[in-house]
Amino acid sequence: METLGFLMDGFAVALTPYNLMFALFGAFVGTLIGCLPGLGPANGVAILIPLAFTLGLPPETAMILLTAVYAGAMYGGRISSILLNIPGDEPAMMTCLDGYPMAQQGRAADALAVSAIASFAGGLIGTIGLIMLAPVLARFALTFGPAEYFALFMLAFATLGGITGKNPVKTVIAATLGIMISTVGIDISTGTQRYTFGVLELYEGIDFILAIVGLFAISELLFFVESRMGRGRDKMNVGKLTLTFKELVMTIPTQLRGGVLGFISGVLPGAGASLGSFISYTLEKQVVGKNGKFGEGDIRGVVAPEAGNNGASSGALVPMLTLGVPGSGTTAVLLAMLISLNITPGPLMFTQNADIVWGVIAALLIGNVLLLVLNIPMVGFFVKLLSVPPMYLLPIVTMVAFVGIYSISHSTFDLYFMVAFGVAGYFLRKLEIPLVPIILGLLLGPEMEKNLGHALVLSDGDWSVLWSSPLSMGLWIVAGLGLILPYLVGPILRRRMNAAMKESPVSD
Amino acid sequence: MTGIGDRILGLGLLILAVAYGWAAQGWPEPFGGVETVGPETFPTMLAVVLVGGSLYLMIKPDPDAQWPVGKSAAELLIALVVLVVYTLLLEPLGFVISTTLAVGTLSWRMGAAPKPAFLTGLVSAVVVFVLFNYGLSLSLPAGLLEVH
Repeated sequence: METLGFLMDGFAVALTPYNLMFALFGAFVGTLIGCLPGLGPANGVAILIPLAFTLGLPPETAMILLTAVYAGAMYGGRISSILLNIPGDEPAMMTCLDGYPMAQQGRAADALAVSAIASFAGGLIGTIGLIMLAPVLARFALTFGPAEYFALFMLAFATLGGITGKNPVKTVIAATLGIMISTVGIDISTGTQRYTFGVLELYEGIDFILAIVGLFAISELLFFVESRMGRGRDKMNVGKLTLTFKELVMTIPTQLRGGVLGFISGVLPGAGASLGSFISYTLEKQVVGKNGKFGEGDIRGVVAPEAGNNGASSGALVPMLTLGVPGSGTTAVLLAMLISLNITPGPLMFTQNADIVWGVIAALLIGNVLLLVLNIPMVGFFVKLLSVPPMYLLPIVTMVAFVGIYSISHSTFDLYFMVAFGVAGYFLRKLEIPLVPIILGLLLGPEMEKNLGHALVLSDGDWSVLWSSPLSMGLWIVAGLGLILPYLVGPILRRRMNAAMKESPVSD
Repeated sequence: MTGIGDRILGLGLLILAVAYGWAAQGWPEPFGGVETVGPETFPTMLAVVLVGGSLYLMIKPDPDAQWPVGKSAAELLIALVVLVVYTLLLEPLGFVISTTLAVGTLSWRMGAAPKPAFLTGLVSAVVVFVLFNYGLSLSLPAGLLEVH
């Protein structure tokens, strides 16, 4: 029951008017980010980090803001799936399958409303799961020694490509590049200058925030310039709400199943929100069987993936908060915020920064309510924004990214660096090197090296310590599977997921 | 030859990995004696991993991506030049002027008509400038528009 007490404390933090205001703002901005073309959740959260900094927000407020954005983006992704058959973000692509047919049958308003409710249910289930699982996992994680952590980091990298990933070698390369960038600067344990080339700005290392913003935001701009998709889309008509209460009640079992499945796949390494919504959808199809009209606008075909991906987005916070090891792009960006707030993520955070952890969790609950309230009446407004052409939007977003980075250090050196990262990001994306492992490498590199050092000091230089305990052995095995499985089951899963839609370049 | 993109990337990464690993071997011994894990241990491991990965890319490359040619490539280059020039002029010209130019040019090149493009630039620049300088009291460079 102590969890409940902590949760109450969390509510006390999250319900202060100041934090509530930021949660509302975050939920609103998040929905925008989710539904606007060319602004994925990871990208959107990344751009907001420097702004949260320069605003001088206290840590718990900054985290509440970003978590609300994160939850909101999952809501927003569905809008363009339903109305345009274009997923706003990757996890929303399963929503296209039945959402778009519903819209074509003139039931767009129903699809939007029921998907908002499903998102709420999924988010709620996921957050409840988070509340129950996180403290347990955090307590368990306290038994981890440096060798276990080192193996855990390996696992995180190995599974990051996900079992739907294309080429695991490219994930490994990306992660290595990220860690290599993180070694630039003065070595923390010995004071040796590494790869600084005598440039003063490099002594403190490369700021991962500008790397993240450059890799995501600038490369996105370049992609849009290249594809010349600057023109907007036509205005859409949402129509009238005809959803009956009976229909809504009928979807309740679907919402529960979707939320639980989504949560599980969110927690598991290598699965993530996209797979969560995929599994929820396919399972629902099997459970309902012949009675459903899946693919032709079945209401449950909208509910299942939406509940799934929102459950997964809360689930993905479990490894990030308890182990300090994020499983997706957006949670990696949230981790970046934590690290730059000088908070060490991981099990100790639950005791040392309990107010932040529980404030964030409470904010997720509140945020879900806010999002539901925001999304049903304001859906028309968000739909209008969908027709804002990227040719106006992306330059402004890029400018905001510039302002954010500039306002951290007031130096144009950082801006050149950011542009350079953007160009690198463009080429890497073209060559199908995933960007998320690079970010994760940047964030986890120093921790990884530190744990390696500690493990070897404790063992007096015996390298076998890294895989000697059963726990670390297990982690290594899962990591190995994470690299091998994509070769075996990846092509099958991928073919099924991509049946009807294109892949988005920045993953969830 | 197919997979030329991956092969070139592989070669580039191989050179990077070797240079990175080699540089790590030349660092002076840290003050306080040699430990099992010195400053060079971790980079050396990374270099080895990257050498392996880059060799794999060169031996088993993925099919090539569609690279932009002609007009798309030119537009990309223009966008890049705009970003660099924007950075260059941000402090001398000030935020409002340089942002109007940068955002305007970018939207124009992305397909907007010049007038609404530069108007978007001006409006967004003024809004952000006012918001930051007066609302959040973070100073963005005023440049030429500075009131003395």
